[in-house]
Amino acid sequence: MSEKLENEIGFALPGEAWLRSPKFSKKILAAIKRIARSINYTVKIMHVCGTHEHVICENGFRPLLPKNLEIISGPGCPVCVCPAIDIDRAIALAKRADVILSTFGDMIRVPSSRQSLMEQKAKGSDIRVVYGPSEAIKIALDNPEKEVVFFSIGFETTAPLPALELTNKPPDNFSILCAHKTIPPAMELIVGLPDIEIDGFITPGHVAVILGEEPFKLFSDAYRYTNVITGFEPNDLLLGIFLTLKQIKENDPKTINEYSRIVKPEGNKKARKIMYDVFEPETSRWRGIGKIRDGGLKIKDKYADYDALKKFNIEIKDSIDIPLGCSCHLVLTGKMKPKECPLFGKGCTPLHPVGPCMVSHEGTCKIAYTFKDVTL
Amino acid sequence: MCLAIPGKVLAINGTDALVDFDGVQRNVVIALCEGVDIGSYIIVHAGYAIETVDEKEAEESLKLWREAIEDTEISKEDII
Repeated sequence: MSEKLENEIGFALPGEAWLRSPKFSKKILAAIKRIARSINYTVKIMHVCGTHEHVICENGFRPLLPKNLEIISGPGCPVCVCPAIDIDRAIALAKRADVILSTFGDMIRVPSSRQSLMEQKAKGSDIRVVYGPSEAIKIALDNPEKEVVFFSIGFETTAPLPALELTNKPPDNFSILCAHKTIPPAMELIVGLPDIEIDGFITPGHVAVILGEEPFKLFSDAYRYTNVITGFEPNDLLLGIFLTLKQIKENDPKTINEYSRIVKPEGNKKARKIMYDVFEPETSRWRGIGKIRDGGLKIKDKYADYDALKKFNIEIKDSIDIPLGCSCHLVLTGKMKPKECPLFGKGCTPLHPVGPCMVSHEGTCKIAYTFKDVTL
Repeated sequence: MCLAIPGKVLAINGTDALVDFDGVQRNVVIALCEGVDIGSYIIVHAGYAIETVDEKEAEESLKLWREAIEDTEISKEDII
């Protein structure tokens, strides 16, 4: 494994603990600077993963990078891109006396059109934070007199989890409000945007754990964008940036698997089979971005009994994705940096978030606020 | 968050496994993964194993996590 990676990098990985060795970080940074010096324009590399953004800011990487290299945060936070209409639906369900609504922790604080799930919980609704769908199933088994709805969000890393539960004949009082999104169609939308020019992608490692390398080869082989499947340790990120920059310089776009210690080239076939047995792609709304072709997943008809949208009559008249003054739609597509938003750190803080990017641990604004990244 | 803390499988009961994350034990669903046996190392997402990891790589990652935790005030239970 390491040998293949070493061939791509062009120098040896130091033995033990290379993933967090500051000495090795310096070596990669020096190599990044060397390549950047030989490029006479500003290179823009986009990542599409909130955890990648977290690692970059937590380690203060941006100020260490050459001036002509920009790392742009893309739409990689599943909580942020969940449209307000889905949260409005979750709130409408939670208002029913016969429903227990369960979801992931970050989701309950996201402001929707009018309020968040947490505010609805304060009004007395039974809304519970769970670690994963298996816990929601347990709640359904323990409360047979109630309807238990799991508000399910996330990218391909998460979608196989509720899918597995639906294939296991869950209790009749269990259903899913499905708001899953898929990463490659969003990357495809980004490359087609006229007002944002990207030179390469850092691809989220744990989406690739499920999908494998194949769906990302579209970007290198057809669109000619380098993309590097990257892990989550500090030196993973630096190597991901280095490998992307190297390919850009050599004008030889490839799909490279930096995270090969976990990501298998073929991905996790079993998880994928279960995911596509239950879900099918559909054109889907991303908050702040709009509709993306095949950008989301919906529950197939054969599992319709567990589809909360079909089980309950939920009517949402109008929903507001981006509140007045909020710039999340520009931050999510890399067109604006958090500090350029007039509300950042003033009217919008993690304690009083206005837009979705200030809520989640994977939200670009929340991360920028937490680590006070002056370059972001 | 995409935290990749490897866990070691201690016992298997159908599609559930008891997994040790460097001292913290949790139940994990293993039905999404091929080839999970007692002693395997796995990467877990929201209570489900999503991939198996080579033992040497897993030990190395665990060592890094131990160091990271020692550097901060957070407890292992908060992360896993």
